[in-house]
Amino acid sequence: MGWFAKTRRNIIPSNVWEKCKRCEEAIYRKDLEKNFWVCQKCDYHFALPNLDRINLLADEGTFEEFDAALASDDPLQFQGVVPYRERLKKSQAKTLVKEAITTGYAKICGLPVVLAVFNFDFMGGSMGSVVGEKIVRACENAIQRRHPFVLVSTSGGARMDEGILSLMQMIKTGMAVARLSMERIPFISFLADPTTGGVTASVAMLGDVILAEPGALIGFAGPRVIEQTIKQTLPKGFQRAEFLKEKGVIDMVVHRSQAKNTVGKILRFFA
Amino acid sequence: MTPTVHVLPFEQHLVELENKITELRALSESSFLDLSAEIETLTQKLNASRCETYQCLTPWQVTQIARHPQRPRTLSYLERLFHDFVELHGGRQFPDDNAIVCGLATFHGEPVVVVGHQKGKDTEDNIYRNFGMPHPEGYRKALRVMKLANKFGRPIITFVDTPGAYPGLEAEERGQAEAIARNCLEMSFFQVPVVVVIVGEGGSGGAVALGVGDAVIMLEYAIYSVISPEGCASILWKDASRAEDAATALKLTSQDLLKFGVIDEVVTEPVGGAHRDFETTAQNIEKAIAKYLALLKPMSVEELQQRRQAKYRQMGIYTDQK
Ligand SMILES: [Zn+2]
Repeated sequence: MGWFAKTRRNIIPSNVWEKCKRCEEAIYRKDLEKNFWVCQKCDYHFALPNLDRINLLADEGTFEEFDAALASDDPLQFQGVVPYRERLKKSQAKTLVKEAITTGYAKICGLPVVLAVFNFDFMGGSMGSVVGEKIVRACENAIQRRHPFVLVSTSGGARMDEGILSLMQMIKTGMAVARLSMERIPFISFLADPTTGGVTASVAMLGDVILAEPGALIGFAGPRVIEQTIKQTLPKGFQRAEFLKEKGVIDMVVHRSQAKNTVGKILRFFA
Repeated sequence: MTPTVHVLPFEQHLVELENKITELRALSESSFLDLSAEIETLTQKLNASRCETYQCLTPWQVTQIARHPQRPRTLSYLERLFHDFVELHGGRQFPDDNAIVCGLATFHGEPVVVVGHQKGKDTEDNIYRNFGMPHPEGYRKALRVMKLANKFGRPIITFVDTPGAYPGLEAEERGQAEAIARNCLEMSFFQVPVVVVIVGEGGSGGAVALGVGDAVIMLEYAIYSVISPEGCASILWKDASRAEDAATALKLTSQDLLKFGVIDEVVTEPVGGAHRDFETTAQNIEKAIAKYLALLKPMSVEELQQRRQAKYRQMGIYTDQK
């Protein structure tokens, strides 16, 4: 791991301890990194940074990024608590990328794909104009090269700061998947924690095969909003990957250690 | 203006003027005093004040009109603009969803499929209609009926009026995200003209599920947004009561949407809103639908699909900092 990451990842000393959010075990960061950020004691899947995700799935040295220079404007001149422009600058400074998704060419288990990975660290992986555009371009690339499209989602949904234009990205990306489908380009959608809102209700739920990480929160409405609406406590495990598999909403739950192999197996079916 | 119209907070001063005029009229009739000059002055003042109020509505005031309890609904337009309506209830998988109505009808004598969100006209009706908030089976029913139109080459007209998808337990279990996404995908490749009319609230994903069209037209005081002003305010300021500020920030009015290229046309409403003069509103919508159907119907399937794809392909504003 780490060949793609080094140039732009924040350097954090690896001898620090991280505490597991589920079993509270203290784990060496170095060990966590080796284990793809999965707790060795309880199997809890930590949030996996965007670049680690690429490194987890892509064969070493194969990833070539597309459209890294696309950046958001502020079409609404959105005035929240912090103006959108400033929020963007802060996120860009923090993550060293321009937007909330990274797209590119890669090989997975030797098979060429177009790979897109949301970046939750960038404004909660929210989808505005750039994320929508990059997904569409990735799909177009996939069609042109006749490569399968693999998307890994971690997103809070549509980006509020771009208002209606964010909402339109649901249609725009849905339409891109429709084109994939017409061109018979396979689309594997991999959902990580969390995938909610307008991203779930568009591109993420349209995969030919939909996989999810253990324990990932997946839904349209957030659990808090649902609780407020129905005035009940939600059952344990509600909207989690295992629950959704049980309900037939997704196809399978895949442990991170098996992620690459599983995607590879599915790709071989389509290849 | 009938006295039974529900008055919005920012319309209060108009009602006071109206009441004063009514009083004067009554007085002049009962006392044989000639108050016509006073009545005339007040009437002029009322008209001027009305124009002023409705000409510079704030986005929050527009939101209130869009949600007005007496605002005409999908079924009002269905009855007025369409004939021979045959409602189809079967989504085939789950019980019927009354938050969405759909069926076969004729428009200007030609067969079409009509689909729309339906809010209730009073509390009881609203409970029946789930306040116009669909469950996944509603979108799936709509899709099934729209596919009929696609199969038999009939245009589709959708009416959008929903606070949003229903944030409920069953709705999630039955995959509402997938249902919304599926509608977007399927609607993008229909081979028939689709005209979308946003008549009230265009609430987020629930609206998008019926919102993919060759022509998207919007009533002047309708709103269309990624999130409700209340939802936006609670995220931004942890305070839903700042919805007014959020409504401004979200740029959710018909004029904003026209500017962003999200809609094709604003359909004007009578002074005060659609509920003040349903007939005029209905006629304006009728003209707009007829205009776009006339434009779209002669197009070949390829042209229609290419045009629709090109339209959505370019939505979004960004820069390339290469
Ligand atoms: Zn643990």
